Amino acid sequence: MAQDDDSPMLEMRGITKRFPGVLANDSIDLTVRSGEVHTLLGENGAGKSTLMKILFGLYQPDEGDIRLNGESVKIVSPSFAIEHGIGMIHQHFMLVPTLTVAENVALGTRSTRWPLTDPAVVSERVSEISERFGLAIDPSVEVWKLAVGERQRVEIIKALYREAKLLVLDEPTAVLTPQEVDEFFEILSGMRDSGHGLIFISHKLREVVAISDEITVLRNGRVTGHTTPGESDRHQLAELMVGREVSLAPDRPPVDVGEPRLVIKGLSATSDRGTLAIDNLNLEVRAGEVVGIAGVSGNGQRELAEVVAGLRPAKQGSVVQINGVDAVGAGARTTRQAGLAYVPEERMRDGAIGEFTVSENLVLIDHGSKQFSSRGLLRFAEIKRHCRQLVDQFKVKTPGLDTSTSTLSGGNIQKLILARELASGPTVLLAAQPTRGVDIGAAEYIHQQIIAQRNLGTAALVISEDLDELLAISDRIAVMFEGRIMGIVAAEIATREGLGLMMAGVAEGSPA
Amino acid sequence: MSEFFTISVLFATLAAGIRLATPYLLAGLGETIGQRSGVLNLGVDGVMQLSAFFAYWTALRTDNLWLAALVGLGVGVVMGVVYGVMTVQFKAEQGISGIGIFLFGLGFSDLMFQRKVGTPTFVPHKLPTVDIPLLSDIPNLGPALFSHSLLTYMAFLMVPLVSLLLSRTTFGTNIRAVGENPEAADSLGVSVARVRYTSIIIGNAMAGVAGTALVLDLGIFQPNLTQGLGFIAVALVYFGAWRAPGVMVGALLYGLVQATVVSWKALEIIPRSWSDIASSAPAVLTIVALVVLAGRISPPAALAKPFDRH
Repeated sequence: MAQDDDSPMLEMRGITKRFPGVLANDSIDLTVRSGEVHTLLGENGAGKSTLMKILFGLYQPDEGDIRLNGESVKIVSPSFAIEHGIGMIHQHFMLVPTLTVAENVALGTRSTRWPLTDPAVVSERVSEISERFGLAIDPSVEVWKLAVGERQRVEIIKALYREAKLLVLDEPTAVLTPQEVDEFFEILSGMRDSGHGLIFISHKLREVVAISDEITVLRNGRVTGHTTPGESDRHQLAELMVGREVSLAPDRPPVDVGEPRLVIKGLSATSDRGTLAIDNLNLEVRAGEVVGIAGVSGNGQRELAEVVAGLRPAKQGSVVQINGVDAVGAGARTTRQAGLAYVPEERMRDGAIGEFTVSENLVLIDHGSKQFSSRGLLRFAEIKRHCRQLVDQFKVKTPGLDTSTSTLSGGNIQKLILARELASGPTVLLAAQPTRGVDIGAAEYIHQQIIAQRNLGTAALVISEDLDELLAISDRIAVMFEGRIMGIVAAEIATREGLGLMMAGVAEGSPA
Repeated sequence: MSEFFTISVLFATLAAGIRLATPYLLAGLGETIGQRSGVLNLGVDGVMQLSAFFAYWTALRTDNLWLAALVGLGVGVVMGVVYGVMTVQFKAEQGISGIGIFLFGLGFSDLMFQRKVGTPTFVPHKLPTVDIPLLSDIPNLGPALFSHSLLTYMAFLMVPLVSLLLSRTTFGTNIRAVGENPEAADSLGVSVARVRYTSIIIGNAMAGVAGTALVLDLGIFQPNLTQGLGFIAVALVYFGAWRAPGVMVGALLYGLVQATVVSWKALEIIPRSWSDIASSAPAVLTIVALVVLAGRISPPAALAKPFDRH
């Protein structure tokens, strides 16, 4: 690609994009120069994805002008974007798991042996790229066999293979351990030094401050700030992002810890594939404490949540007790009656029914109770009153109680689930990835609610991949690795480095 | 029983099994390509019936088997375009669309037969067998393996070709990518629509040839000629784990069981009164095999899911 020294790699000017009822991008300006990491910071729905889809030719802007190296272009398709040196690393990996690394990399490119594929030539170039940028990978292995961090490398290689000079990285660190993030940032630095332009999309403020040269903050489709890490700290960035002051760490008043409410002893269980997912796990959660489970996804957290909820069978000899009631394989009804509230990881699969209305989802568990039905008929007036109260209390933003749940934002659906789960007055709260994909405002609120439950004497078990979240709300943090607890650390003495090492299975932590 | 285990009967059964496997194999391989691209086509049986009728009618009128085969193929291509418009262009639900194609094929071939032919008549010439020089001279095995119609040879030749297409060509890689993760393919500039259209058309064309092979082998058309053969072919794709050699094993198994049942009926190893029940043996076998193999290998992840860029 010819490089004109004066003009920036990318200039987007006055980009406007309307969708029915929504102004997704409102006259956005973005300038990225070669050799810089430019962060796009914003909440879900702020317009980052729309802007990047326009850059990648997936959407056409209604207004505005895009220049690449000073030259005005109309990016009509992803192919056009790729040809002009734009590479996109999507948040959800765009890989075909059944194909090899080389096949994934070469997909859609010209083969030197057309119509046949040329795995040898591709592999050689992949090796060249991986050596140059420190992206170690075996080109002949199928992608489904790779760990998450490796899959990400394949994504980057895919872009570099197409000679991308400008790379868009959409929340690339969401799935990485702290150490992997460090390695990843080194790779990014290497690319920056070799003259690539990088657009880094994230809402993890710590990382944004660590890696960025320039930061553009978006809110509600508009640019609300342009700054650098030197000018703004994390709190100022959060404020630009949300539009008001945010507390990144909720107040946690000291609470007397009571008796164990959730007891797990010698728990072993298998995954859906039949492999050992939980391996002789022991854990206690006591009344009035939040225990966080840290770990890279896929180390048994999902299975742990399902066993505790009574939804997954465990091996002989496993003990899981909720307030003394056996939960193993007991089914959701029993665990709920024992006092459990469960906020599942996959909120649209296990937590709520998208096609149902807000009120239907709010009474999904209790609609058969005397309060909400008599002789098999639903008592709509009472349901409405109850739901109205919950919606107000938990600040669920919805046009009405009869709104289809799937039309709400992730944060509001999560608040709805939390409202339903907490309405029953639980004594044990199990929340898996409670703020994943949720905007900062809603996350702040959800954290406050979890702390409020703890203050009331509920035993809370929070599973999360977000260490900042766990450090902010937990009293103790347990790290899971390959189905075992690597160590449990009191939150006030826990360090990101120490937890990160345990997440990678390196060191056993000292018990708190 | 001992009458069956004579050299001549065993090899005759083998030969019949291979001959009977031909339409299953052709249709199954075609469906494999379509499914690998993420499109389920339950209309195979209907396409086969349409192609069978038009090939039959052509043969009846012109006595030109080449032309008849070409017409059968052409009808398959047309139905492929139709199915592509339904499922790729308009993103119609594939299960129901396929059933629609099946019902259309069943009804329309019947209607055309009643209108244009009326009474069942044999074509002047059936599909001739071609002996492969030297190989067909091998005692017993030669006639069983190397004395078949050109369409049978072609069907078995398609097995390595389809394997090669899927595993070694750029287009085959695109097919697999589109069937597993169309978003990924799309993000790299691979046209999901184009790949799926092409796969569907190839698949339907092969179903058309399968129908042609069936009717020109029998030499006569009758309403509902296939009797569900196309559905079995779809099942064989699952049986064969979406791989050409697996589909071939399934088709051969099916053909051989069918041939054995016919042979046992003729030899009265199976009593007359049981004959209808025995004819369902291949279907029972398929169900058993599918249950046993269920979940061993997962289907293409995007199978039967229309692609919508969002």
